[in-house]
Amino acid sequence: MSLRKLALMLLASVAVGAAACRPPEPPPPPEPMINQDSIDAVERERERAEAEARARAEAEARARAAAAERERLAAEARARAEMEARVNAARAAFAMQIYYDFDKADLKPEARTTLDAKVPLLRANPNLRIRIAGHTDERGSDAYNIALGQRRAAAAKRYLVDQGIAENRIETVSYGEDRPAAMGSMESAWSQNRRSEFEMIAGAEMLRLP
Amino acid sequence: MNRVLVAVAVTAALVTAALVTAALVTPRAAHPQEPQGVRIGLTYTAGTRPGLYVLPMAGLYADSIRAILTRNIDFGDRIGVIAPDSGSAPTGTLNYPLYAALGAAAVLHVTEQVGGGVKVVVHEVGAARVMNTREFPIDAEPLSGDWRMALHGVSDEIERWITGVPGVAATRILFNRGGTLWTVDSDGANARPVAGVGSGLHPAWHPSGRSIAYTEFADDGTHILVRDLVSGTTRRVSFSGGTNITPAFSPDGRTLVFSSGLDGTDLWAVPLAGGEGPVRVTVGRGTENLSPSFSPDGRRIAFASGRLGRPEIYITDADGANPQWLTTTGFGDQSYRSDPVWSPDGQRVAFQTQIEGRFQVATISLRDRSVKQHTIEGVNEQPSWAPDARHLVFTSSRSGTRQLWVLDTESGRLRQLTHGAAARMGAWSPRFAVPR
Repeated sequence: MSLRKLALMLLASVAVGAAACRPPEPPPPPEPMINQDSIDAVERERERAEAEARARAEAEARARAAAAERERLAAEARARAEMEARVNAARAAFAMQIYYDFDKADLKPEARTTLDAKVPLLRANPNLRIRIAGHTDERGSDAYNIALGQRRAAAAKRYLVDQGIAENRIETVSYGEDRPAAMGSMESAWSQNRRSEFEMIAGAEMLRLP
Repeated sequence: MNRVLVAVAVTAALVTAALVTAALVTPRAAHPQEPQGVRIGLTYTAGTRPGLYVLPMAGLYADSIRAILTRNIDFGDRIGVIAPDSGSAPTGTLNYPLYAALGAAAVLHVTEQVGGGVKVVVHEVGAARVMNTREFPIDAEPLSGDWRMALHGVSDEIERWITGVPGVAATRILFNRGGTLWTVDSDGANARPVAGVGSGLHPAWHPSGRSIAYTEFADDGTHILVRDLVSGTTRRVSFSGGTNITPAFSPDGRTLVFSSGLDGTDLWAVPLAGGEGPVRVTVGRGTENLSPSFSPDGRRIAFASGRLGRPEIYITDADGANPQWLTTTGFGDQSYRSDPVWSPDGQRVAFQTQIEGRFQVATISLRDRSVKQHTIEGVNEQPSWAPDARHLVFTSSRSGTRQLWVLDTESGRLRQLTHGAAARMGAWSPRFAVPR
């Protein structure tokens, strides 16, 4: 600011000097007037523009931050959903039933594969406790079917215990023919009813995925 | 009863008229109140059905009383009931020759007593005299369940006078309906759930009729509970998780035997008074051993076992010694026999056997091991003996749903016991006390 005043004064003195050295021909141009008000106006205009730019920059920064936050939350939600889907998939895989031949409790190869798929989840969650429920079709005697369902559940349990799952983490129960999955007196219904079902009974709230 | 009824109905009015004009006869003191061993004139032999003419009755509840008594005696299958629908109560003495002509060996005269109860007179037609008479006070609200049961006791006593064998009307059948336990009177009336029972399978009666045992579903398997029907208390008798099913009381009521195991089952005996722990009866080595049924003397147990593959019926000493395969005979599909029940007279074992893929009820004689198939229509299973060792209650699908049916194993006569929602696993009670 003082530099500018100095410059203006310098300019004025140069003009005065020139007038003194020369014969006074034309009247000297009117001395430029220093209008302090206009200077202030320029100043204000400049300051306003600067503030505007600053505000714009700040708003842009805020928007960028918000977008980043949104993106972060979305990513988190995506991750959560993905995890949830994986957990649900693990639960569904765990709940996969196994099926048996008529009057048999032996594990068929498909049943072993289905049981194998449950083992990693059981290993990753040592607090997870489960119940295996054995069922039968309607053809045997009611009482015998409860015993048969129990043997089916026991066979599944024995297989899991053989894979290193602690015995006390697995309960077994039999419902015999009392809780059919499919109604009807034909093989298509019977084959669906000769099964073991798997249920988590404790430690299933925060499942760790294998 | 209607068979006889049709022939008789026409003459009913005539008979009633004859009754009124007959001379008065009073019971003579020389005749004992109850026949002791020998019954003069009227001897009952299996396979015959002496005719019993049931006289009309008068009174507020007369129709109900007469209908209940008549139906009970008819359901007993030992006596041919002649019961005309119409007519008035006799006032004079009986015209015995008239009843003889109608085919009656005995005449039943029941009168309603003031203050509840009935007076029963049984006339012996051949000897033209009163065979027996007794008053049965009934201290129960008329038409209530207790009142009906008291009348059932009366008809059982009447049957005993006439045939020497009490009837089985004063009994109930315990069964599974909708997962829980129900009882129904032997005549099909008074069906109702048993209070205090959750899930209930394989019901069994204590020989006193006072308590029951049954299987209950639990989280760790199935358990055996014993419920005192009088005090309403229930206790768990099974001692481990896994399978605990098919309880049976010993005839002395002191021991409960049931099937128990985690992988394969064996029969275990538990003393109900406490003391000694559970004792294993069978050695099944991972096979099924279940559905025990004691011989009437308590010394042996019939049971089903899958020890040689498909289930078959075996008999063992009650301590587990000398197990023998009973159903070795070439009968049915040779594939699946289960649910044995020892007859109360010790002579036979009823069971279910698969024939062409469907269960049928059969009995095997313990004397010569001859087998008799009793059913053919639908699926028929879960037999249970009446105390008379003659009638069986079983589950049949023949009506479209599973219902309980009663079979007279001598005549083959059948009647449907339960109606409505499906019923299964019938267990016939012992005789309840005759009212004093």
